[in-house]
Amino acid sequence: MAVAGSAVGLGNFLRFPGLAAQYGGGAFMLAYAISFLIIGLPIGWAEWAMGRYAGSRGYNSCPGAFAAILNKRWAKYIGIIGVIVPVVIYMYYVFIESWCLGYAVKFWTGGIHLTSTEETVAMFKVMSGQIADGSALTPSWNAALPWLMIVFVFNFWLIYRGLSGGIEKMCNYGMPLLIVLALVVLARVMTLGAPDPAKPHDNVVNGLGYMWNPSKVQIERTQPATGENKVVEELVGAAAIATAEQKVAASGGTLKLVTITPWEQLKNPLLWMAAAAQIFFSLSVGFGVIIVYASYLQKKDDVVLSGLTASSANEFCEVALGGLITVPAAVAFLGLASVAGQGTFGLGFTVLPLVFAKMPFGAFFGGAFFFMLFLAAITSSISMLQPGIAFLEEAMNVGRKVSVTILSLLTTLGTGFVVYFTRELKALDTLDFWVGTFLIFILATIQIIVFGWHWGIERGLKEAHQGASIRIPAIFGVIMKWICPLFLLVIFGLTVLTSVFGFDLSTFTFGSASSYVVDLIGGTKDGKPVATNQAAQLSVALVIIVALFFGLLSARSKAYQRAEQGLPKNDA
Amino acid sequence: MTTSGLIVMLLSVGTVTVLFGWCIWKVLTTPQETDKVHGVEFHTPDMDKDS
Repeated sequence: MAVAGSAVGLGNFLRFPGLAAQYGGGAFMLAYAISFLIIGLPIGWAEWAMGRYAGSRGYNSCPGAFAAILNKRWAKYIGIIGVIVPVVIYMYYVFIESWCLGYAVKFWTGGIHLTSTEETVAMFKVMSGQIADGSALTPSWNAALPWLMIVFVFNFWLIYRGLSGGIEKMCNYGMPLLIVLALVVLARVMTLGAPDPAKPHDNVVNGLGYMWNPSKVQIERTQPATGENKVVEELVGAAAIATAEQKVAASGGTLKLVTITPWEQLKNPLLWMAAAAQIFFSLSVGFGVIIVYASYLQKKDDVVLSGLTASSANEFCEVALGGLITVPAAVAFLGLASVAGQGTFGLGFTVLPLVFAKMPFGAFFGGAFFFMLFLAAITSSISMLQPGIAFLEEAMNVGRKVSVTILSLLTTLGTGFVVYFTRELKALDTLDFWVGTFLIFILATIQIIVFGWHWGIERGLKEAHQGASIRIPAIFGVIMKWICPLFLLVIFGLTVLTSVFGFDLSTFTFGSASSYVVDLIGGTKDGKPVATNQAAQLSVALVIIVALFFGLLSARSKAYQRAEQGLPKNDA
Repeated sequence: MTTSGLIVMLLSVGTVTVLFGWCIWKVLTTPQETDKVHGVEFHTPDMDKDS
């Protein structure tokens, strides 16, 4: 249960539905399932095996692990990605964690009385500070600030005092309870029907269709100036499509009804990158977390079944619970048009409170659900701190308390930055893309190449199989050696080509770059110039500063010099 | 919801549920496996050195 508890986090109930909605549902699920099999599981196993090996040489940080495995001077600099990722993600993850706590307490104290979608959207905007930069720092129980302070202090108090065993025990009871509560919520969502009788198309069945239908149907309008097709409306359900056909027929040719097959949607490399990154995010693969925790294991421990159990628990919560609750409920309450525009993490916070408002004892269940989510998030955020702590201990040759103190200062500054730049949640979304997607992708690719090509599959699987009660199927040898790295490199290359250079794969022409790139260097959208975004630029600058700091510490580390020479750390 | 959507949903949900169930069964029925299977466990050895 501890394995399952540690695997479940905000990614399952909040990030996954948000991304699925953003990338159109069904096709995203296909990319997601493929990603789980050919990258999630294999890289997870590789990370467990490499981490345990590094631990047997005395190295417990990601830079130490890379240096111990590769025995090269540059290896530690690659390894610092495995410190940057969890530390930077922690900076915004605690912000979301604070929303969970705020929502839980507000439900239990009767502070939430929602009757409309507009109210829930407004409540979330105040809590997350989307109204204006700095508004989340308002000293009010409706804003994130007081909850964030509680959450931040609680995280570091637990880890500083070494009391995290207590939270682990709480999770042993809390996680099954979270699953039971999620099942109760699922039952309520499935029986919602169409909450607004005036909008019969906005119902749960159409929500399930939006989430799972592989093909998409939409009305498009051709822009006279540019000739580009712009999506006017997405459609799910026979009744909505029949109405749309009449609308298109009456438009005199300005509108057209288009069916987009899953194969056409799957041509978008960003969709693949998002699906792969979600697998990495929720399984904590390519994160620098597993490699650190695996380094504390012994040869008798079973890393194969550990990896599989953690992954399957996580996938169950994500697909069978998160995938059936949030998006269908969002379509029922907000309508198809609004679902994709709620931001990656926002969907759950705008939709789930409405579900609780429409069920008996909703205040109790709502409070309990968000509190369990908060508990799940606490375990994840504590696990994100350990890679940073282990790195500072090793690189600076200091004890845990000094390491925790330095890390708390660093993350306080980082979280403060994220919590200030909350307009459109720009800092959070930017960091989530460049670190929570892009850097994770890079680290995972490097890890599987090191496992499959530097170690070789034979040695890698031998390391993994020590102490294991099950064997990794032979097909995964081929996947780890060829399919997985090739898949990751192709997706990465195509994403850079389309997002950075704006290359259109269907027309083979250069157009607009991704909004994440436009925010940084400017560009065009629909033929109009778009200015850079200062919050996004500063967010990337923050990541670079953190990287330079970690790089400097790595360069001066005596422990890593021993690792580069192939020596164990313990003789130092 | 289309038939293909229903199939994708049932296959996805069914697969992860069976896989999770199988893992629990395997851990619980293999002797001493509960001691050998680990997740992210928060009490790390460095806590004992300096806490």
